[in-house]
Amino acid sequence: MLRGLKAIIGWTEDRSGMIGVVTPIITHRVPRNAKWWYVFGSATLMFFCIQLVSGTLLATLYAPSAADAYQSLVYIDTQVPMGWMLRAIHGWSSNAMVLMVVVHMLQVFLHGAFKFPRELTWMVGVLLLFCTLALAFTGQIMRWDQDAYWGLGIGASIVDRVPVLGNQLRNIMLGGPYIGGATLSRFFALHVFVLPGLTIALVGLHLWLILRNGVSEMPKVGEPVVPATYRRDFEARTERTGVPFFPDAAQRDMVFCGLALIVVVGLAALYGPFGPNGNPDPTVIDANPRPDGAFLWIFAALALLPAQVETFLLLAAPPVIVLLLLAIPLISPRGERAPTRRPVSVLAMLLVCTALAALTWLGVTSPWSPVMDAWTSVPTPVRLVERLTPLQMQGALVMQYQQCRNCHAIDGTGGMRGPDLGDVGSRLSWDQLVRQVQQGGGNMPAYGKTLSAAETVAVVAFLQACRTDGQPPAFIPGALERAASGDLPPVAAPVAAPPAAP
Amino acid sequence: MNDGCQGCGCGGAGASPPGGETRRGALFKLGAGLMAVGGAVASVPIFGALVAPGFRRYGNSWLDIGGVADYPAGETRLAKFSIPGASPNDGETATAAAWVRSMDGGKFQVFAVNCAHLGCPVKWFQQSRLFMCPCHGGVYYEDGSRASGPPPRGLFEYEWKVENGRLLIDAGRLPGLQETA
Ligand code: FES
Repeated sequence: MLRGLKAIIGWTEDRSGMIGVVTPIITHRVPRNAKWWYVFGSATLMFFCIQLVSGTLLATLYAPSAADAYQSLVYIDTQVPMGWMLRAIHGWSSNAMVLMVVVHMLQVFLHGAFKFPRELTWMVGVLLLFCTLALAFTGQIMRWDQDAYWGLGIGASIVDRVPVLGNQLRNIMLGGPYIGGATLSRFFALHVFVLPGLTIALVGLHLWLILRNGVSEMPKVGEPVVPATYRRDFEARTERTGVPFFPDAAQRDMVFCGLALIVVVGLAALYGPFGPNGNPDPTVIDANPRPDGAFLWIFAALALLPAQVETFLLLAAPPVIVLLLLAIPLISPRGERAPTRRPVSVLAMLLVCTALAALTWLGVTSPWSPVMDAWTSVPTPVRLVERLTPLQMQGALVMQYQQCRNCHAIDGTGGMRGPDLGDVGSRLSWDQLVRQVQQGGGNMPAYGKTLSAAETVAVVAFLQACRTDGQPPAFIPGALERAASGDLPPVAAPVAAPPAAP
Repeated sequence: MNDGCQGCGCGGAGASPPGGETRRGALFKLGAGLMAVGGAVASVPIFGALVAPGFRRYGNSWLDIGGVADYPAGETRLAKFSIPGASPNDGETATAAAWVRSMDGGKFQVFAVNCAHLGCPVKWFQQSRLFMCPCHGGVYYEDGSRASGPPPRGLFEYEWKVENGRLLIDAGRLPGLQETA
């Protein structure tokens, strides 16, 4: 039996020579100190392999047609045995892949591992980062739900802003003048053929470059990279003190990958698949589209960019970011690798990470979005209602009925687009409140045409009552006299006799 | 893998007969030329289908969105319509919607539901007479003009006309900053 097996292996090896090729690759010597820091690249690759397998299986169940895609996902989730778990693993593993690719990149940057002779490895890695993000984005489109539909709408609107050719490019992207079947087919081809193929090719190149230039050592203070001597010294050192990649270094990758896989499968089992969230029906205007986690920071940036520079930044930032990332090893190909000797780089990295984290958090909470149903679902706090006069009570109703709460919280409940009004009565005087309600400003629409004079008085009376206990209403000395002399707009007339504070 | 160079056309492998050098050079050029011509011809249909939507002029067409009586004066209502010339596998995405504002004297304003910022679906609130966008908080007044938030302009408007008591709008394309409505 064993002899037979050996004979088969021997025959195959004689004809193919594969073992002879592979053995030196997997046992190539790597630096001894390549420890836990180095596991993230392997984990990325593992998740990519899981995506290939689970994605191929999903392709056997998914109907890539705009008319059927949504229903086929519902079918996979509810009718196909373990189908929901297959979708869940594909979704969670895609998030894990994005996370790992980012962590891997941060580690490489932190340790200056992109310097000579590994510049090209970094550049290919940057391309792989964008392939991964493109796979994540196109994958979200595959769900063909409201998020996918309106997400495409946002993408189309951005492309449409390209000067001169924008409209043509947009139609090429959508496969026509609107989002429809042709659009899904295009993104399906990207998601299952073009991008995976490209990624596989680039992963091959990335691995080849790692083999050619070796795994970098942990950086040591006072051991700068000197291109003239680096290769010779590195080879001598790994020859002397290195260990074979398999099994010595690979065991850590295996432990980490195993754990990461268990976590992802656990999350998939616990939380299930992502979406699909609502039929992709463009006439359902109650949609509240949100992008997946990896793109929340872009969603936040789109809400926060000042309008004057928005188009310019939207179009200029992506190529600048790509070029900058690609150029990092060319900007700094030699010198110290230790983080303690590269304070500017490390600070820049921390800054970028903080900005991305903050934007992502803002994207999660999206304080700029009106809460569309707050006006019917969020009550006026009892502590205020308890002490309102009839006029103020009327104002509270106007406030609720006019959808003010969609953008304004009171005591922390309601929209967050505008300021919380729980204490506005002690911040703005009667006059200021009237003006703000009538004329708007500072991102608030003007209600002058919508509200009658009586409604305005009522709502301002209510707003003035919005104070914490014991706080007097805000008051501008002299305002009463001015009002009495008649140089205020008509609706402000009741100012002469502001309702008594509760 | 070895370093053989069969088929690479470099003519380098020493053993070529006298005269082979030049013949191979000419053959190589011929091959490269034929490949280039063949490739160019083949790529027209291959990539043509991909980029064709960028070269076509898509027009709108007049679509019936209901009787005038369906839109009482003073109200703003959602109209749903099918996109003309939609393909059979568009499914639900072959439909679209517009906000119809009906004014006194038989006048209308028909707005695209797509926010002028980045295209999210704006929602109408009858009481405050505002359109609000769920994505980045764009807000518009009832006449479609920008009230606040990131949108660089007011809502996109469709052309409209009334024929035989029916309200028609000129629609079909996804509106955008360059492709107004
Ligand atoms: S898409 Fe409406 S505010 Fe951005």
